[in-house]
Amino acid sequence: MDSQPIRLLPRRLAVGAAALSLLAASLFSHVASAEVNTTGLAVTDSEVTVGILHSATGTMAISETGSIQAERLAIEQINASGGVLGRQIKVVQEDGASDWPTFAEKARKLLVGDKVATVFGCWTSASRKAVLPVFEKENGLLYYPTFYEGLEQSKNVIYTGQEATQQILAGLDWVAKEKGAKTFYLLGSDYIWPRTSMKIARKHIENVLGGKVVGEEYYPLGNTQFGSLINKIKLRKPDVVFAAVVGGSNVAFYKQMKAAGVTADKQTLLTLSVTEDELLGIGGENMAGFYASMKYFQSLDNPNNAAFVEAFKAKYGKDAVIGDVTQAAYLGPWLWKAAVEKAGSFDIDKVVAASPGIELGTAPEGYVKVHDNHHLWSKTRIGEVQKDGQFKVVFESDLIEPNPFPEGYQ
Amino acid sequence: MNPTLDKLLGGKQGAIGLALLAALILVVFPLALDAFRLNMVGKYLTYAFVAVGLVLCWGYGGILSLGQGIFFGLGGYCMAMFLKLEASDPERTKIQSTPGIPDFMDWNQITELPLLWEPFHSLSFTLIAVVVVPVLLALVIGIAMFKRRVGDVYFSIVTQAIALILTVLIIGQQGLTGGVNGITDLRTLKGWDIRSDEAKLILYFVSAALLIGCILIARFIIASKLGRLLLAMRDKEERVRFSGYDVASFKIFVFCVGAAFAGIGGAMFTLQVGFMSPSFVGIVPSIEMVIFAAVGGRLSLLGAVYGALLVNFGKTYFSESFPELWLYLMGGLFIVVVMYFPNGLAGLWDSHGKRCLARLRRKPQVLVTPPPAVIATGKRPTPELETTP
Repeated sequence: MDSQPIRLLPRRLAVGAAALSLLAASLFSHVASAEVNTTGLAVTDSEVTVGILHSATGTMAISETGSIQAERLAIEQINASGGVLGRQIKVVQEDGASDWPTFAEKARKLLVGDKVATVFGCWTSASRKAVLPVFEKENGLLYYPTFYEGLEQSKNVIYTGQEATQQILAGLDWVAKEKGAKTFYLLGSDYIWPRTSMKIARKHIENVLGGKVVGEEYYPLGNTQFGSLINKIKLRKPDVVFAAVVGGSNVAFYKQMKAAGVTADKQTLLTLSVTEDELLGIGGENMAGFYASMKYFQSLDNPNNAAFVEAFKAKYGKDAVIGDVTQAAYLGPWLWKAAVEKAGSFDIDKVVAASPGIELGTAPEGYVKVHDNHHLWSKTRIGEVQKDGQFKVVFESDLIEPNPFPEGYQ
Repeated sequence: MNPTLDKLLGGKQGAIGLALLAALILVVFPLALDAFRLNMVGKYLTYAFVAVGLVLCWGYGGILSLGQGIFFGLGGYCMAMFLKLEASDPERTKIQSTPGIPDFMDWNQITELPLLWEPFHSLSFTLIAVVVVPVLLALVIGIAMFKRRVGDVYFSIVTQAIALILTVLIIGQQGLTGGVNGITDLRTLKGWDIRSDEAKLILYFVSAALLIGCILIARFIIASKLGRLLLAMRDKEERVRFSGYDVASFKIFVFCVGAAFAGIGGAMFTLQVGFMSPSFVGIVPSIEMVIFAAVGGRLSLLGAVYGALLVNFGKTYFSESFPELWLYLMGGLFIVVVMYFPNGLAGLWDSHGKRCLARLRRKPQVLVTPPPAVIATGKRPTPELETTP
């Protein structure tokens, strides 16, 4: 089972749904709930309850809505194909309200009150840090979709986004090789993810690439005044601006860059934090020609992704865009289903034990595999911003091993 | 009745009200709710500490602080620092480049424990700091503001600014404070696992008992001469000043008491929720705390507790039942309360309860009618006019 990618083929689901569910029902209906659930989770003979825990309200809602949509889409598709171990997935959705203690409270509610078999959720590092002790204490299982700073590995979490080294190192290598970059200006919002990312970037630039960091600055979350920074960039003329500005600050930053005449024809910029979702707010014309480094772009050209984009747009409208995290969130339910079926049980410990080695050949981003450290093997792509708010993929790395505790980068 | 006891209990009606509240939080909730819900009530009760302090400062002293989150946060951070140090023993943190320091310091390339953190190895120091640190800051703010006769809406704005400054400071000093994430993953208190259900139950009772203690202290203050002076100051500050009282000192005192209550609440919050983050320090939580007091009735200590419980129950209920809509429902609730029940739940109880209880014993804190708007400044004479003989 390890070596065989699990086939999902969403496009054919519509046709084969009925047949598949009949097949699945006959395959699994004999498995009694008492056997596949020995720890009192919310599993009946026909249903299994899972949780979705994101911010539907508050400042993070704009980012997390995509994740909710992707998770619901995946669950719908799994249900149409016969569910998990013959059981339909029922969703309990809770709102973390962009507020970290609320996340902790709702996580406890899902695990203790609803006895959910797994939770898909969280977006910011702060919300993950807030719920982590709850998941470890109550022995829950969390699928976390966001690219993040690494330095963490919990038995109770599967990280479906990239950790920092996967996202950063390939991007820096590419810009050094393709653009001959030697000097870098590091820039980020002021919290753990940009700071850790830039720490890794600085070590890589100085120790591996033999380049130089000519500036490193952090701005408070929500900052909208980048004038003095842009002047410094103009003055020091770095070969590359390496940016990890998040949220609404992005809109201000790129618009002010354009207004100041710092555009792609004069300045190379590589960002870690602008996906198609952010581009909606920034406007493709304000960022055209800049680059982003991440594992997924909506424009990826492969059959899995074509089917995913089609299904997503069919459900959420033709103007819906899909960013890196949305795709990573979509992987969560599929990875969980694969792990449950490999384990033959919903028990958290068995699902966790079965998770390393799970492969997904049908992920929109291409092939992924769960590492022993609960992160995913994945490729990193460089996308060039187009005026229409999409990315053109200009580079694709090999499959990169996740390494949340990188030696020599701490 | 013994006069001191009478002051504490606030007369017969006050005693009954307090007994009802005590029965509710000490008997009814623990019996009726499961461990998870009870822990949530415990969290709400920690906000009630702040609301009780606000009744003192705002309802009686006329000082509307929009920055009580500062003191709640300081108390909470003091407790969190102690718990975090205990959770960061060298054994558990051996994966770090510098074992034995909190994990977020290691991520920020800090290689030894900052001096500021050193005293928080001691529990007794921490327990003192939980009260003293917020009080000291309140003292400094109070002296700076009230001695110069800055009051009313200006004071509110300054407290709000301080809340913002403190948030920015905490977020900016990531290596020292954990930044936006806050101080997370707190596990034990002197080896006692605070995450277990028994611990949560015990902490709930400790929290409830402390809250009742704070209410008694507040009642004592209100019933004393100081309390009457506060009321007099709120309604006619100049007259009290001309009578020879040092108005500023009374204001500073009551502001410090409010800060101490908030600090205790913050520490109990950290213990029960298991982490502390800047999201409790800023402007939004501070204003929320004022809302608790407003919904409960800003002249009623017990009302403040009910207000904190009710608003938070509402938040939890609405957000579980209508995850996409709940903020609108909460907003609607506040508008209704402010428009139709300006004196909150306690005011509602009064206007209806008075008819039945009119012949009963006087209840001092209930019979005082508040001025229509405490923070309205338009009608006040200018200071020059006041001091001209």
